[in-house]
Amino acid sequence: MKLELRGITKRFGSLVANDHIDLVVEPGEIHCLLGENGAGKSTLMNVIYGLLQPDEGEVLVDGKPLSCNSPSEAMAAGIGMVHQHFMLVPVFTVAENVMLGAEPVRTGGLLDLETARRRVREISEKFGFDVDPDAVVEDLPVGVQQRVEIIKALVRDARVLILDEPTAVLTPQETDELIEIMRQLKANGTSIVFITHKLREVRAVADRITVLRHGKVVGEADPSAEEAELASLMVGRAVTLAVDKQPPNVGDVVLDVDGLTVVDDRDYVVVDDVSFDVRAGEVLAIAGVQGNGQTEVTEAILGLLPKATGSVKLDGKELLGRSVRQVLRAGVGFVPEDRKVDGLVGDFSVADNLVLDLHDQPPFAAGPLFKPSAVQANAAERIAEFDIRTGSAATLAKTLSGGNQQKVVIARELSRPLRLLIAAQPTRGLDVGSIEFVHKRIIAERDKGTAVLIVSTELDEVSALADRVLVMYRGKVVGIVPGDTDRDVLGLMMAGVPPQEADKQAEEHPTLIEHADELLTKQDEDEK
Amino acid sequence: MTDQDERPDAQAQDGGRDSAAATATEPKPDNRTEEEPSIGQRFLRELTTGSTALTFLSVVLALLIGAILIVVSDPDVHAAASYFFSRPGDTFAAAWTSASEAYAAMFSGAIIDFDEYTVGRALRPFADTLTYATPLIAAGLAVALAFRTGLLNIGAQGQLILGAILAGYIGFAVQLPPVIHIVVAMLAGFVGGAVWGGIAGLIKATRGAHEVIVTIMLNYIALFLLAYLLTTDAFQREGEDLPRSPFMLPTAELWRPIEGSRLNLGLLFALLAAVYTWWLLNRSTMGFRFKAVGLNPHAATTAGISVPRSYTMVMFICGGLAGIAGATQVMGTSLHLHTSIAEQLGFDAITVALLGRSSPVGTVLAAILFGALRAGATTMQAQTQTPIDIVLVVQALIVLFIAAPPLVRAVFRLKVRATTPVAPGSGGLA
Repeated sequence: MKLELRGITKRFGSLVANDHIDLVVEPGEIHCLLGENGAGKSTLMNVIYGLLQPDEGEVLVDGKPLSCNSPSEAMAAGIGMVHQHFMLVPVFTVAENVMLGAEPVRTGGLLDLETARRRVREISEKFGFDVDPDAVVEDLPVGVQQRVEIIKALVRDARVLILDEPTAVLTPQETDELIEIMRQLKANGTSIVFITHKLREVRAVADRITVLRHGKVVGEADPSAEEAELASLMVGRAVTLAVDKQPPNVGDVVLDVDGLTVVDDRDYVVVDDVSFDVRAGEVLAIAGVQGNGQTEVTEAILGLLPKATGSVKLDGKELLGRSVRQVLRAGVGFVPEDRKVDGLVGDFSVADNLVLDLHDQPPFAAGPLFKPSAVQANAAERIAEFDIRTGSAATLAKTLSGGNQQKVVIARELSRPLRLLIAAQPTRGLDVGSIEFVHKRIIAERDKGTAVLIVSTELDEVSALADRVLVMYRGKVVGIVPGDTDRDVLGLMMAGVPPQEADKQAEEHPTLIEHADELLTKQDEDEK
Repeated sequence: MTDQDERPDAQAQDGGRDSAAATATEPKPDNRTEEEPSIGQRFLRELTTGSTALTFLSVVLALLIGAILIVVSDPDVHAAASYFFSRPGDTFAAAWTSASEAYAAMFSGAIIDFDEYTVGRALRPFADTLTYATPLIAAGLAVALAFRTGLLNIGAQGQLILGAILAGYIGFAVQLPPVIHIVVAMLAGFVGGAVWGGIAGLIKATRGAHEVIVTIMLNYIALFLLAYLLTTDAFQREGEDLPRSPFMLPTAELWRPIEGSRLNLGLLFALLAAVYTWWLLNRSTMGFRFKAVGLNPHAATTAGISVPRSYTMVMFICGGLAGIAGATQVMGTSLHLHTSIAEQLGFDAITVALLGRSSPVGTVLAAILFGALRAGATTMQAQTQTPIDIVLVVQALIVLFIAAPPLVRAVFRLKVRATTPVAPGSGGLA
């Protein structure tokens, strides 16, 4: 079965999540959709599956357009989807889950569980799934639950299978097993649309790769393409960034991280023996493809991950084991990666959000007394200083634009004396103007002698801000290199290549980034 | 339902963080709207943000349906309806008479009785209303404050009982000078409820057990603790087999300003509790933390606010507020402890907090409305033989309509407030 997308456009308000996307998935092909978070991959898949209606464009199956108003129509047309978060009933058995929604019935309206069991067994044997139809789903490991989802789709005769970030929840071993399954399905003639942002997997299974960025197709690649090339296509150049900055005036070591290790809830090591230091007056940027442990490093420093081990010292004093409050009081400013979830209380006013961490300190409080007048005065000051575009200080934070929300967070964190500023993805989702503003403030803070730790997946941001760059790959430090390191080298390091080797390879295959830029510029011109 | 929906609870335990893996791998596009809220969160949000107009209309609608029920259950209307097709006018007239008389009786029983000759006596119904409202105000606040912190306090009943036990014991067993006696007994009531609420908060904070389950269980323990105590020598009235305590000593009785009415000083304490709650929420740093935790525990954690500590503290205070309700019951209204001292107050308090939109002022007004319904119901039954259960139905309908705003909007053709569309990456059903 051939799946074709023509000019799919989906808008959410002013945001264009998918911008005239054309895509062809040939029969029996594994087509990879690669892109950073927010590139529009999931939106596109939800359009195909009928969960969202496109504003423009159409979905064709074997040349016939789908009206695709519902998942049931998509299913009937042979499209199956495995969501990132499984749609399974935990207390049901595998067979019960598989038949749910299309229960085979015997005469008299009795459930025909035996047929369901048989189908599960058939498919399981055919593809080597090793799934027991009578096992209760909640007892199964995540990887097996995912196979149950795949069986669900196959039982309904799916000829095109959409896998939305299937490896996000899997361990490396489970990922390998999934890749094996995908190959089997392909051999059997099933087409697969595989959504991911992990390069290794893409190269392992893809027949064709389409890279999405900011809702547009920015390139197609062959699985033989270098990981660095894919990385550069994916994170590439969003805006031309130029930060006017002087060479750093570096002081003593402020933050000293030694042997930091973080284990997640499933005992999987996400940060593996990471050591680095940040000096007063310098910016250290942690670069890497999303999900390689960078976020956990910042959260461990802030005291959000009680399971972190190793040592994190601020001005020689141990931070690990202290509460978030104590860490903040020690002079750490924190701009979280997800401002809507971790940075702001959306239903609080801008004024209240500006004192979220200082609300019990003078002048905003006197003992147990909260002083709204001081909070108002502070808000007026910050709003002017940081040019926060808001109706008033009493406006709810959730109604502001992303850029202004981020200004609120940054204004709050910079409104007290800092020793260390940690900013994770400080400009994600912001417009060019806001990006420039945020960058300027970060550099200004550095020049005041604060140690600055940035986490960014955008190479441009890293290059614009960093005095030194630490690259992380799968929880480990690949290397720490100077801020003016060639992007090709950084791109290779982000794919796990050690610095010296990356240097060598980059010389052999230069202009990868430039290639991506050309593509983008050409597209922009086409539109005009 | 995915495991995502259960996160708010898990957070209390692990300090409000997603598992490292989840953070690392979930798509978090910048432009999405907020995370798909769970049913509980949506319920809490609807509670605290719904409009006043909607609340008012819910009450009106409930009263209208109540009127229909009154009409349907009235024998006079039945009689007229038996010859509906020959003289339909009679049926409508009987229906109008039935409903209007019932509500008029309710009004005269709850607000002003125009048949009385002196102002004092005419207003006595309103004094009854306030008497019923007194414990509802304090207990309603106990539920409302917890709502604001993102907790569902179903345990006002148990907290109220504990408050009544301690206040009652001080009231009948301890000799103290006037005034001081009242203050000490009232404080004891606060402490009794606070400990009971604090237990639930502490278990939630340290072990992550859901506060609804814990508070419901604590209600039972409190009820049977009271029943047991009333069989012991320390609590049982001397020379009696009935499970009831001696009367309050005169120094511990709350003053009753109106002769012939049970309205007492307890109302003042309840109103003070409301003022305190308002102050806590709007003018204290602790209240700021409570609200932040209630609205976004993630951001609160990141800003250094301890979510578990907030849960414990707020449940302690909520319990204390319910304890004050118990103290006013025993010291002002019944004047002795007995097994049904708490009536259904702790559960009505949930309705009151709902109706009051979890704000202190709203809770006071809602408690007065419920007091009026209750005071008026008795008169209504006496004067028009309308079953008193109608009032319970009206109360239940109010909750139903408040919990289902689209229903009320549909009935009154209100416009729906603009909603944000599903954003990319929130993944529809994902």
